[in-house]
Amino acid sequence: MKKWNAIIDVEKCNGCHLCTLAVKDEYVGNDWPGYSAEMPKHGHDWINIKQKVRGQAPLVDAAYIPVTCQHCDDAPCLKAAKNGAVTKRDDGIIIIDPEKSRGQKQIAESCPHNSIFWNEEKEIPQIWTFDAHLLDDGWTGPRAQQVCATGCFKTVKLEDSEMKKLAVEEGLEHLNPEHDTKPRVWYKNLFRYRDCFIAGSVAAESDGIVDCVEGATVSLKHNGDQVGAAETDIYGDFKFDQLPENGGDYIVEITAEGREPHSFKVTLGESQSFSDIMLT
Amino acid sequence: MAHLKLNLILFGLNILFRYCAWKYPEFKRLLTEKAFTAVIRTKDGSVARWYRFGASGYSSGAGRQDNAEVVMTFKTAAIGAKLLMPPIDQLEQINALKDFVITLEGPEEEATWFTQTIVRTQSIGWKYGVDQGNGVRRYTQMTNGGPIFAYVKDDKIIRITPIEFDETDPKPWTIRARGQEFTPPRKTTLAPHGMNWKSMVYSPDRLLYPMKRVDFDPNGERNPQNRGKSAYERISWDEALDFVASEIKRAKTVHGPGAIVNSHGSHHTWGNIGYYLSANFRFVNAVGMTRVHHNPDSWEGWYWGAVHHWGQSLRVGQCETYSGVQDCLENAEMIVFWSANPEGTSGAYGAMEGTVRRNWLKDTDIKIVHIDPYFNDTAQMLGGKWIAPRPTTSPALAMAIANVWINENLYDKDYVETKTKGFDVWKSYIMGDDDGIPKTPEWAETECGVPAKDIRALARDWGTKRTYLGAGGWGNGHGGACRNATGIQWARVMVCLIAMQGLGKPGVSMGNLQWGTPVDSNFYFPGYAEGGMSGDLHHTAMAVELYQRMPQLPSMNTVEQSIPRLQLPEAILEGKAEGYVWDGKSMQAQFNKISYPKPGYSEAKMLYKYGGSIFGTMSDTNRHVEMYRSDKLEFVVNQSIWNEGEAKFADVILPACTNFERPDISEWAALGGYAHHGQTQLNHRVVVFQHQLIKPMGESKSDYNIFLELSKRLGLGAYFSEGISELDWAKREFEASDLPTIISWREFIRKGYCVIPNPPEELRDPVAWRWFYEGRKKDVPEPMPLPSDYSEEYLKGLQTQSGKIEFECESLKKFDANDEDRPPIVKYRPSWEGPKTARAENFPLQMITPHPRFSFHTQGDGKDTFLNDIEEHRVLIDGYYYWVIRINPEDARARGIKMHDIVKVFNDRGAVLCGAVVTSRIIPGTMHGYESCAIYDPVGEPGKSVDRGGCLNQLTPPKSQLKKGHSMASSSSMVEVELWNEADSGTIIREQVSYSMAAE
Repeated sequence: MKKWNAIIDVEKCNGCHLCTLAVKDEYVGNDWPGYSAEMPKHGHDWINIKQKVRGQAPLVDAAYIPVTCQHCDDAPCLKAAKNGAVTKRDDGIIIIDPEKSRGQKQIAESCPHNSIFWNEEKEIPQIWTFDAHLLDDGWTGPRAQQVCATGCFKTVKLEDSEMKKLAVEEGLEHLNPEHDTKPRVWYKNLFRYRDCFIAGSVAAESDGIVDCVEGATVSLKHNGDQVGAAETDIYGDFKFDQLPENGGDYIVEITAEGREPHSFKVTLGESQSFSDIMLT
Repeated sequence: MAHLKLNLILFGLNILFRYCAWKYPEFKRLLTEKAFTAVIRTKDGSVARWYRFGASGYSSGAGRQDNAEVVMTFKTAAIGAKLLMPPIDQLEQINALKDFVITLEGPEEEATWFTQTIVRTQSIGWKYGVDQGNGVRRYTQMTNGGPIFAYVKDDKIIRITPIEFDETDPKPWTIRARGQEFTPPRKTTLAPHGMNWKSMVYSPDRLLYPMKRVDFDPNGERNPQNRGKSAYERISWDEALDFVASEIKRAKTVHGPGAIVNSHGSHHTWGNIGYYLSANFRFVNAVGMTRVHHNPDSWEGWYWGAVHHWGQSLRVGQCETYSGVQDCLENAEMIVFWSANPEGTSGAYGAMEGTVRRNWLKDTDIKIVHIDPYFNDTAQMLGGKWIAPRPTTSPALAMAIANVWINENLYDKDYVETKTKGFDVWKSYIMGDDDGIPKTPEWAETECGVPAKDIRALARDWGTKRTYLGAGGWGNGHGGACRNATGIQWARVMVCLIAMQGLGKPGVSMGNLQWGTPVDSNFYFPGYAEGGMSGDLHHTAMAVELYQRMPQLPSMNTVEQSIPRLQLPEAILEGKAEGYVWDGKSMQAQFNKISYPKPGYSEAKMLYKYGGSIFGTMSDTNRHVEMYRSDKLEFVVNQSIWNEGEAKFADVILPACTNFERPDISEWAALGGYAHHGQTQLNHRVVVFQHQLIKPMGESKSDYNIFLELSKRLGLGAYFSEGISELDWAKREFEASDLPTIISWREFIRKGYCVIPNPPEELRDPVAWRWFYEGRKKDVPEPMPLPSDYSEEYLKGLQTQSGKIEFECESLKKFDANDEDRPPIVKYRPSWEGPKTARAENFPLQMITPHPRFSFHTQGDGKDTFLNDIEEHRVLIDGYYYWVIRINPEDARARGIKMHDIVKVFNDRGAVLCGAVVTSRIIPGTMHGYESCAIYDPVGEPGKSVDRGGCLNQLTPPKSQLKKGHSMASSSSMVEVELWNEADSGTIIREQVSYSMAAE
């Protein structure tokens, strides 16, 4: 049985919000009986774009991540629901029945991904339904995918075994693996949102002129082990990425021809940028 | 014979009326709408037939019926037969009108109705859209942010989506480069404001009825001082139109020509017929109004500066970009995005078409550098090296790059020798030979804050690689640093840098993959700047091609007085204003001065405001608020879709509908005129029939119909409309284009869109500037410069006097060689609104206000639309959606400001409340907030209190970039910011506004 999965490439998302606008376009003012009741015009982010800016200017990067109902196979909302208000379709999609779920706030509260929204007025929990009403009407994918110009938001309908294989091949991960809810939404390049970097610019003085040092060797050590190696570019820049947040102490060692070796300690909380490393 | 033929045709018309009434209930109803008799006859009466309409039924017969209300007269039967015999030849019709061989007499209402009803027999049977089952029909429409499919059921728009092509649509193009193939997906894209349109149509801020300010009495107290404060009451359309028509007549008879001024925004809707440059211009010209002369607001530095180095006046100073995508992907080794954020500004009209192309860069080894005080959306998406100069200091950074290139021999000396002129003069400035200050990286560092080492590294990186310079959102200009106080310097020095690297050499040109796709540039469909139905050959680009293809009555504004827009408030409040013209005809046209008032004309007494509000887009806009509250404006009418911004300052409000509620026709990114072949921003050229999706909301009417109703009250109904409806005009534009060669009208209005096929690879446009580099005649498909602007031979060389790129500009030497604002070579002069000025003592932060990412002009913002929920656009704090201001963590910390605090951004021009976004994407000392807010929401007295709406342009300098020009400098201003204190009185103390301040 082929089932729906979403694959979100964090590195591609540029925060244009077209997917969130398409969701509003589809659900605000439109009732899709059996699938979803009208979405409130404001306050609900069925697809929610979050931003993470890392580092300090000018050594920064920024990533966006669309977060939505993960359509988990082991969904806490399924267990929290009474009267069968939440169902798992054969194609993997979770549907919260807008009639049966009335008054069941515990469904919204059960989601560890914070992706079920409580509609105060209608007193129902609501999610992005993967546009199931459109898929059932013959659409080949949800609107978020259709409107995405970066290729960040893709969906595939695959056997679970095929999806598992693809996940390994592409290095796909889940957003909150600690909850082990078996999500059907997969993330690529999640490190851009989740992890930290240590970046720097290396320079040195010759005859009174300061210039960037290109080709310096930079190594990163953690607990005595080398965990990264880099070479500075023409701007003297280096960057070690995919380091865990609050990852503890690291040592950065820089060597360049004709210069004294230079090293310094970094205690990693969040990403850190060292814009003016001077070699002597 | 002619008598018999005309008799038969007139009898045939009777049959046609009867047939249509039998077949279409709507037409049957139409025939009972008005009660009168119309006659069509020859002048001598030898052929005549009457048609009677009314509730008692339709009838017709032979004969003159001398008491008929409406009479259409042909000079002879032969003329009548020729003009009425299908297929109708539009040119012959227009010529007959011009030659007075056909006349139409009678009351305006009935006469216009009669001709429109005749034409309606042709369109009544047209079928629109594609059935989707369950009562849903799929139509098409156009937004400024891209074309859409619209799914409609029971007069309700259910959804809008991008257009996905079907199997019958043409194949996409493929670019082969670096051993790879690059092909765009077969669908259109949308900008955020395009995807937002449904919520704009159904906005609670829609104006649904004509309204009058409660304390406005045209025959008694007008109370102009209460504009912006008083409430409104609903009135009928007849009352509203009568008010406006009588005020038009009053202004002209009491004050004389020039007393009415027309101020229009740009692009609050999309569609070639109902556009500001189309229906609005025809109406304005027909009535005769003082024009508000626009400054080239998105191109300032290019128009006033770059032009003098390389010509390109007809492109507002931006250069040709043909086939740049192919050349860049194939030959470039590096792209420098300089004050360029195409991901955030969507090419203005190009949706996200460039996104996929820029993403292709990730599949190549092309290096990427971004130069911007803000880590912008393009930098975010592509990565690369971020160089962050302080706002307004980029010219210094650029000059230091040139200094390194000269010192280290990193430029194309042969090119500079043979293709340019005056380099030695500029070189001696750069090296400090003339003023003793070498423009070294160390010198530049003190200005721009970028470490000298980084400047040197950038210069070396760039100087050793074939590099595309993408300056501004289009890559050849548009937006960004050209709009601040040193914008002219910046655009000029950009030309100097690319010239030093050999502009036109494979892989060396202007661009950032936003323009220059291999679509078919030879297929004709008119752009918006070609003026649609305006008939205006003077202020649109109609004369280039559309006028010959779409015969129409010409229109000409007999009022030659105009007001330079940057000084509109001074013109009203102080009675004088000065500026220079935006006229692309030649490099020298911009040296023409405008003075207001113009001798012999009345001062402006009545304001006809049309379209989007300029409170959010012009500079120091508390001036505009003050203008509205002056008794010098005796009457203000605002024709607007939404109740926002300036609409709240009108005496009478005319509610217009959106273009989703009326028919029109257009192509996306088709600008024409000053942005010829704007469609080369697109991956697919798509022309759309803009279906009327739903009935106009409330009592709103299309702009065309509002102008028509007013025209009828001025005796201009037949002249304005040429007897036809906006739908018929759309068909005329279809016929004027090349579309009929590939699609029938019936298929076009059914399917709703037409994708223009791409040319085969061998017929693609030549690469821009290659002809210049190789010393050949110009071969790119643009009709510019004008023939007389070539110094030697037609198509040989550039528009400059020497035909070369001029480092030292002959045009400026001739105009004013001693102008310190704009010397013949570009020099660095720090901004008069910068960190080293006295202003910085009280207002130490530089605030940049670039074009917005999610909205477009005032489109999409406010109005309770979906965009409100995007936290990078507005942020909800304590129940109010505040405009976003970005601030560096250091600056925020120093002021006790945290994420999403309400802050007051202020200077001596005003104060604006914003929601703070604390982010390392902006450098210390600088803040970032978009311009173009739609809401103006003063907490107290308008013009004298803090604005909660977010109009950051209340804080921007009103001064022109140069005295001998008309050039806004608003994108960077000195401000301070503090936490908003509820106990704040909310009043502002403005420095004294005076005419001289804006002029100097």
